[in-house]
Amino acid sequence: MLQRIAYDLQAVESHVQGCASCLIEVDNLHSLVSAVENGALRFKASPRLKRNVQAAIRAANPRASRSIFHWRWASVFASAVLIVALTWVATTRWNRSSEETQLVNDIVSSHVRSMMANHITDVSSSDSHTVKPWFGGKLDYSPPVKDLTEQGFRLIGGRLEYLENRPVAALVYQRSQHFINLFVWPSNGNTGKQEDQLTLQGYNLIHWTKSGMTYWLISELNQPELNECARLLKE
Amino acid sequence: MRKRERLLDQNELTGFNEAVLPHLDAAYNLARWLTRNEHDADDVVQEASLRAFKYWTGFSGRDCRSWLLAIVRNTFYTWLRQRSIQPELTADGEVDDIDDGTPNPESMVLQNADREMLRAALEDLPVEFREAIVLREMEGLSYKEIADIAGVPIGTVMSRLARGRKRLQIYLTSRAAENCL
Repeated sequence: MLQRIAYDLQAVESHVQGCASCLIEVDNLHSLVSAVENGALRFKASPRLKRNVQAAIRAANPRASRSIFHWRWASVFASAVLIVALTWVATTRWNRSSEETQLVNDIVSSHVRSMMANHITDVSSSDSHTVKPWFGGKLDYSPPVKDLTEQGFRLIGGRLEYLENRPVAALVYQRSQHFINLFVWPSNGNTGKQEDQLTLQGYNLIHWTKSGMTYWLISELNQPELNECARLLKE
Repeated sequence: MRKRERLLDQNELTGFNEAVLPHLDAAYNLARWLTRNEHDADDVVQEASLRAFKYWTGFSGRDCRSWLLAIVRNTFYTWLRQRSIQPELTADGEVDDIDDGTPNPESMVLQNADREMLRAALEDLPVEFREAIVLREMEGLSYKEIADIAGVPIGTVMSRLARGRKRLQIYLTSRAAENCL
């Protein structure tokens, strides 16, 4: 701070040394600057504002996560989403809120997209100590990252996704030829069911909450093996 | 195909988020001091972030914070015009020098100026002085950076800072004197 004030007063510095009224002035400036600095007057953006900004940016750029794959995939993708959506509407036996419906659709879309766009990981590593720190600075929470290689579910990496108006962690596991996406984010308190399990034509989804985190596991892997994966992750 | 605005791909979006979002606190602080109001500051920051996002691909990547702050500032002035709010008091007339040459009680008063008094004093400053002081003392920007953000010569920044500080000083000492009586 002293340096800064000295710099502010560079032009008059030589004069100041010999001038009583200038010395008083310098003294005043010291006091004033430290009062402004120490006054704890700096405002911080609220978490709500930060979320709103991110949501607004996302909304302003609706094609962001789709533009990375070729146009000819767009029609395939659209059909897949349509089939998934129709099937879901036709087969659902649960009485879900529209938010939950939206979330489940978004999760299925994210999963499908991650494989179609050949963009399943932003960070590729089977080492949980590489994957976990990668999320630092990208998210305002630290997702638990478990390596289940020994149990037959190989961690292959992670990436950022966007669900429920916030960036969330997606962890990717592989079992033989099947990819498994695990989405993790802090529970917002009203996420509906604590645990859930459902199937949308070809995709099995398992949902649970634990230690304040919401988890959604999705894969085309068969239900018993995916259950096993969920059980290991919950441990 | 109809011409449309180019949208960012995932990498660019991530790049934007990583470069810009860490400076949201600085953006908000400036907006909050300019608008002097929480809700308006939220609106200005939100609008400025969208503008920043729109211009992101054209941003060559110097100092991201200064760039964002310049956008916040421009957004604020646009917002001010659009709402046709009474123009702020601008800096007119020089502040009288206090030069009584006596040993210096002001220093102590200023040091002890409590937060609320200081806040009121800052809010009372004309907007050009206020933004210069916020950028300089709270964000620690250089004269050059402030000059770029405000689009004025460095000399003007120095004079605004000096005059802004002088006004703060006078405001605080006169308030302190009132409180004494």
